[in-house]
Amino acid sequence: MNALASSAPDSAPAVAAGAAIATPKVEVQKLNVWFAKNHAVKDTSLAVQVHTVLAVIGPSGCGKSTFLRALNRMHDLVPVARVTGKVLVDGQDLYTREVDPVLLRRRVGMVFQRPNPFPTMSIEENVAAGLVLNGISGNHAEVVERSLRKAALWDEVKDRLGHAATSLSGGQQQRLCIARALAIEPEVLLMDEPASALDPIATAKIEELIHELKEHYTIIIVTHSMQQAARVSDHTAFFYMGELVEMGATEQIFTNPKERRTEDYVTGKFG
Amino acid sequence: MRHFAFRRFMNVFMTVLCGVALVAAFIPLISVLYLVISKGAAGLSWDFFTQLPKPVGEEGGGIGNALVGTLYMVGLACLMGLPVGVGAGVFLAERGDGTVGKTVRFVAEVLSGVPSIVIGIVAYAMVVIPMRHFSALAGSVALAIMIVPYLACSTEELIRVVPTSLREASLALGVTNWRTSLLVILRTAMTGVVTACLLAVARVAGETAPLLFTALNNQYWNVSPVQPTASLTVAIYNYAISPYEDWHAKAWTAALVLLMLVGLLNLTSRVLTRNRLKGAR
Ligand SMILES: Nc1ncnc2c1ncn2[C@@H]1O[C@H](COP(=O)(O)OP(=O)(O)OP(=O)(O)O)[C@@H](O)[C@H]1O
Ligand SMILES: [Mg+2]
Repeated sequence: MNALASSAPDSAPAVAAGAAIATPKVEVQKLNVWFAKNHAVKDTSLAVQVHTVLAVIGPSGCGKSTFLRALNRMHDLVPVARVTGKVLVDGQDLYTREVDPVLLRRRVGMVFQRPNPFPTMSIEENVAAGLVLNGISGNHAEVVERSLRKAALWDEVKDRLGHAATSLSGGQQQRLCIARALAIEPEVLLMDEPASALDPIATAKIEELIHELKEHYTIIIVTHSMQQAARVSDHTAFFYMGELVEMGATEQIFTNPKERRTEDYVTGKFG
Repeated sequence: MRHFAFRRFMNVFMTVLCGVALVAAFIPLISVLYLVISKGAAGLSWDFFTQLPKPVGEEGGGIGNALVGTLYMVGLACLMGLPVGVGAGVFLAERGDGTVGKTVRFVAEVLSGVPSIVIGIVAYAMVVIPMRHFSALAGSVALAIMIVPYLACSTEELIRVVPTSLREASLALGVTNWRTSLLVILRTAMTGVVTACLLAVARVAGETAPLLFTALNNQYWNVSPVQPTASLTVAIYNYAISPYEDWHAKAWTAALVLLMLVGLLNLTSRVLTRNRLKGAR
């Protein structure tokens, strides 16, 4: 199953074994992103199977965040950004007119590189924000607790749920943002370096969370930590200067990469 | 070491210079306060707030109708001006990069610099002439016209400084654009917007020119939108230009009341914008 998901950038995605497998949860075809003249993501194709974790690695500035943000149409907000190619979720292209980016984003959640809690809201309100802002009623307290527990933050904040979200530390804010994304129960979760501001214990908890979430979600995670990629992901994609250099089963990428550049990067020769 | 001594001298010199500028800026402010309080405080009494004006020569009487008239007209102006001004500001910040936005912004910027007497004439032509008489409505239309461009410009600026990351956070939760604009972006900017609203209100509450030939004046109580209405500022004007000594005193006291009203608005803005969340930074 895992082997089916991997694909080299030059071959058509997810046809490696040619078997009658389910359509991938997320499939990217010839994706290009420009910021004005800056070609930030070049001709990228890959596929992610349902209930797997894809790690995206690569040196700073190589286009990891840009790639990730293209998957829930965050570039719609950037006037200078231009996106071409296809991103299919459950076989449906996100970049067609018929797709409502609003509904799409409820299915494809995102945790950003920098924590961005809502400063006017309390901790509790932040977690419930996805429900409240969308006008969804129900037992929010329960959702809040469950999401905070999953994000390994509950014990630290359970006595001050009404406090300002900005009163939390940077790492706590990041976990709050994870809880906020979990509260709306997306099908695909995009995480941009979710553990970059966390201590080893919180990081371990988040990695544990990713393992658990895999049962129900499909996860794409950007990380600068090779160890983390190795620990949490089924597949790994290596980006370099906007290009997808290589993608494969995580073990293969770290032990037996096909590309020289991948090998140099994962062994720490550059980057 | 000469350089060091020179630098130290310059440092002291500049600090003193700034201090002098500060004092110079405070002198007019303090003297206004001192003058108004010293000349106006004597006339303050319950009657002054609650009674109608008395004819020349009669003791007592107040400016109750003018106080109510000002509150009434400013209130009406708020009803019309605040939603339009804030709404226009949100529009400018969110969609203001097109031709429509650029035009609206240009007009708003020009309008906020137009002298208030000109706004008065416009309201006169727009409301007073068709209605054939002076009215509270005409006065509040004039005030609303003053509120809108000022508020639109300041709301736009306040919204533009809200970090994009918050908009992204909201959109990534699948929240629609307009809900994001109102419930996240505007809410984040709310502290500033409320302050801007109160400052706009405080500013127009002290305007005389737009009311002179729109709401005119009234010797009696009035809360009908279609009748002429007294206001604090016009009352001050009338009392001040009169030849009577006790009316001059009344002008000072009315000025003090106006000052207190504006001060109260500023104070309210501070109380309202205090962060309700614990530990907020
Ligand atoms: N909003 C933007 N406007 C213009 N250029 C941008 C924007 N966002 C990213 N870029 C450019 O796109 C390129 C890729 O940036 P990106 O943020 O995707 O890198 P990254 O791989 O996530 O790096 P890091 O590991 O440091 O987060 C960079 O050259 C960057 O300058
Ligand atoms: Mg990044």
